[in-house]
Amino acid sequence: METAVRVRVNGREHERGVEPRLLLSDFLRHDLGLTGTHVGCEHGVCGACTVLLDGEPVRSCLLFAVQADGHEVMTVEGLADVDPGVLDTDGVPDLLHPVQRAFRETHALQCGFCTPGILLTTVAFLDENPEPTRAEIREALSGHLCRCTGYQNIVEGVARAAEMLATRG
Amino acid sequence: MSRAGDRLIGTSVLRREDPRLLTGQALFVDDVEPAGTLHVAFVRSNVPHARITGLDVEAARRHPGVAAVYTAEDLGALSAPGPVLVPPPPIEGLVFHARTPLPLARDRVRHQGEAIAAVVAESRYVAEDAAERVGVDLETLPAVVDLDRALDPDAPLVHDDLDSNLAAHVRQTKGDYEAARAAADHVVARTLRYDRGVAAAIENRGVVADWDAREGRLTVWDTTQAPIPIRNALAGLFGLGQSQVRVIAPFIGGGFGPKIMFYGEEILVPWIAMRLGRPVKWIEDRYENFFATTQERGQTHESELALAADGTILGVRDRFVHDSGAYDPYGLTVPINSQCTLLGPYRVPSYESEFRVAFTNKPIVTPVRGAGRQHGVFVIERLLDLAARELGIDRVEIRAKNLLAPDDFPHDHEILFQDSAPLTYDSGNYAPLLEEAARRIGYDGFETERGSARAEGRRLGLGIVSYVEGTGIGPYEGARVTVEPGGMVSVATGVGTQGQGHFTSFAQVVAEQIGVDPSRVRIVTGDTSEFHWGTGTFASRGAVVAGSAMHAAALRVRDKILAHASEALEVAAEDLELAGGVARVRGAPDLSIGLGELARRANPLRGAVKPGTEPGLEATAYFGPAGGSTAAGVHAMVVEVDPDTCRVEILRYVVVHDCGTVINPMIVEGQIHGGVALGIGNAFYEELVFDEEGGMTNASFMDYLLPTATDVPYIETAHFETPSPLNPLGTKGVGEAGAIPVAAAFAQAIEDALSDDAPDLEILDMPLGPGKLFELMREAGALARDAADSDRDDA
Repeated sequence: METAVRVRVNGREHERGVEPRLLLSDFLRHDLGLTGTHVGCEHGVCGACTVLLDGEPVRSCLLFAVQADGHEVMTVEGLADVDPGVLDTDGVPDLLHPVQRAFRETHALQCGFCTPGILLTTVAFLDENPEPTRAEIREALSGHLCRCTGYQNIVEGVARAAEMLATRG
Repeated sequence: MSRAGDRLIGTSVLRREDPRLLTGQALFVDDVEPAGTLHVAFVRSNVPHARITGLDVEAARRHPGVAAVYTAEDLGALSAPGPVLVPPPPIEGLVFHARTPLPLARDRVRHQGEAIAAVVAESRYVAEDAAERVGVDLETLPAVVDLDRALDPDAPLVHDDLDSNLAAHVRQTKGDYEAARAAADHVVARTLRYDRGVAAAIENRGVVADWDAREGRLTVWDTTQAPIPIRNALAGLFGLGQSQVRVIAPFIGGGFGPKIMFYGEEILVPWIAMRLGRPVKWIEDRYENFFATTQERGQTHESELALAADGTILGVRDRFVHDSGAYDPYGLTVPINSQCTLLGPYRVPSYESEFRVAFTNKPIVTPVRGAGRQHGVFVIERLLDLAARELGIDRVEIRAKNLLAPDDFPHDHEILFQDSAPLTYDSGNYAPLLEEAARRIGYDGFETERGSARAEGRRLGLGIVSYVEGTGIGPYEGARVTVEPGGMVSVATGVGTQGQGHFTSFAQVVAEQIGVDPSRVRIVTGDTSEFHWGTGTFASRGAVVAGSAMHAAALRVRDKILAHASEALEVAAEDLELAGGVARVRGAPDLSIGLGELARRANPLRGAVKPGTEPGLEATAYFGPAGGSTAAGVHAMVVEVDPDTCRVEILRYVVVHDCGTVINPMIVEGQIHGGVALGIGNAFYEELVFDEEGGMTNASFMDYLLPTATDVPYIETAHFETPSPLNPLGTKGVGEAGAIPVAAAFAQAIEDALSDDAPDLEILDMPLGPGKLFELMREAGALARDAADSDRDDA
């Protein structure tokens, strides 16, 4: 009882047969091996599993993989053009996406489990609102739960990312 | 690159672990899935207390895709109560009844979520399908739900081999409280309550196990804060040598306490993997996490504070009941922390403290960030507020008057702490913390601010409270530091990491001694095959205890580097310095040799070495503190209370704290921010609600509310550094500090905000929540709508 799914993830085409009940989060993590998308609650509240579907943030635990058929998905693995093998070297931070770099510079993550979802929300948010106020940033982040940071440095991270993206033009 | 004389300790070095975490390349337990992995789903009790009268697993076993179904009967000798992880301290007259859970319940379930059967299948989806086909007959028993009635003689029994629900009874005293009370000008006595919450790490628990029969080796990936104790326990249970078991705690998505426990799932998943000869995986879901992962809080205190007329504390008496839940596998750590932390930063000449621990039919209680300390702080700070109010003394003044002075240290409180060592404060300077917090929050001008807000119909209030945190306890941790031939420095330690930035702050400690950039130091934590001595990450001890071990190992490696460099450069070791990854001659930096080259020379492939020398530039060292180091701080906040909706908004938040030497200020501030957010949640948003039968009614993130970015304010922090004399770095722990005093500050601030409407309103129960605040305000006649109604009535 499998259904075919064709989906473009981080610019790469994938075609798989899946059970209709398979969640998009499980499809990304298990079938495609993209384990950067994390699952925190499986009921659409914590936001850790957020990915971009055609550029819009969605909770991948609330979608079935078959619903992504014919669509384009971006996960955290698609943000930086980095070869995982060189991750520990000093040069890597320069290769990160500005939002990733900003998060590192502002200490916007601790355990890092909720971070992938927040990064993707931030990318979409800054796309829509490139010069947000602190209050708008907090509002934009309110769909994500983070238990480590108290959000303060995430807010700073988003603000810093906005500055970086602006100067990048 | 670091230069000689540069201090790395005290610098906000950016985190080494971040690129991996930011790109989705960090390995978490749920990311581990060896080929052929089977998945486990547990069948759990949906009621708090019942006799298991029937268990039918045949349909589940026959379900397509199911590999096995296990119940307690299948476990043989493994079906035995787990260990008491922390034996109670040797306190005279202490009573402790150890009752620990079985891996799978047999005959009886004592809390909702207790595991009854394990279903193993080709996928988690199939395992859950089959789990629904397990027939469980439960004969429901009356449940012990209300803590205040748990010890009543007619209460139902959680463990019917005991004659009551008493799990423990502990009394500790100093001085003569009765005499103090008799001499007192004023006594404040109240009943205070602090109810349950969950830790809610965003990553749930999980275990993956792989048994290689040919190698005779068991590998377990586990979301644990204590990989080495887990390895040792598994080896013992399975009759394997410790070196045959490798436990890996990779990146962990938040710990906050409950991941220090040793759970039944951590036994069952490896056992099933060995039995079936296939890799096996279980990842807890959020619903399970609300029941199967340990929780905290649940204490009722009957407390009194005896004072002189000028507000000087003469003594405290505190009697409390602590809710342990259905079992007590973590000993008495939480209530003893409450007992000890109540004394705060104050001079308390007499103290009579007695607690009873009660079994209830609720999930098990073990430490969660703060680990009972917040209860003690809540009690003493609330009593001081009430005393100030009743005696007409300023609330900052009453605190300042009673603070320990710098020359009081070390200060012996004459009772025992959770680590069985005497409760002695190592060092501290408390008055400046209170002054600085009062200054930053604008205490002096606040009455004016409050008055002008009031004129606009707004209710503003200020809260300011002190706390101490016993941190950095023993027994010990260790570390191995190695300079590799490529010039990289690798460091291994046994503590696991759950987001505290260990990969960075530990690198700073080592780099400072070896003269390399922290980016050249690679830290491995939480892998027993890399380092297998240690106890784990708990009690705010990582930086203090493991950090000190690392410092000691780095010093030894430094000596080895200098000895080899001295030989190579033909210069006395005293004339050498380590910087920029080389050993070089002081004043003649061109005369140098790289650390990698020295490492190669220290490990020759041929030739003779001097007898008695060790190969390589490597050293292992351990550190065990004589006692815990005591951190301290003051939190201050300004809130606005909406008299219509009972919404509380935090307008300003200030933390002034002292955790001794700060290794990385950026990381320390982050720890504080997170602690405060958790404290805000625990004080206002989060509460586990049980119905009369003991069923949890809000086990989801839709109903159990964690604070979000719009609920947590901007937090201003300031550091003071009073080094600890108990470790070479002078550090004290900070991991839990932020969470500890929030509820006390919150209660004071709300009372202050409503002091014109309801001068007698007292907030003695936490968590508060808008619902409870509404009730309190209604009783006190402080609701805007009631006032409006009475205005109308008057008209």
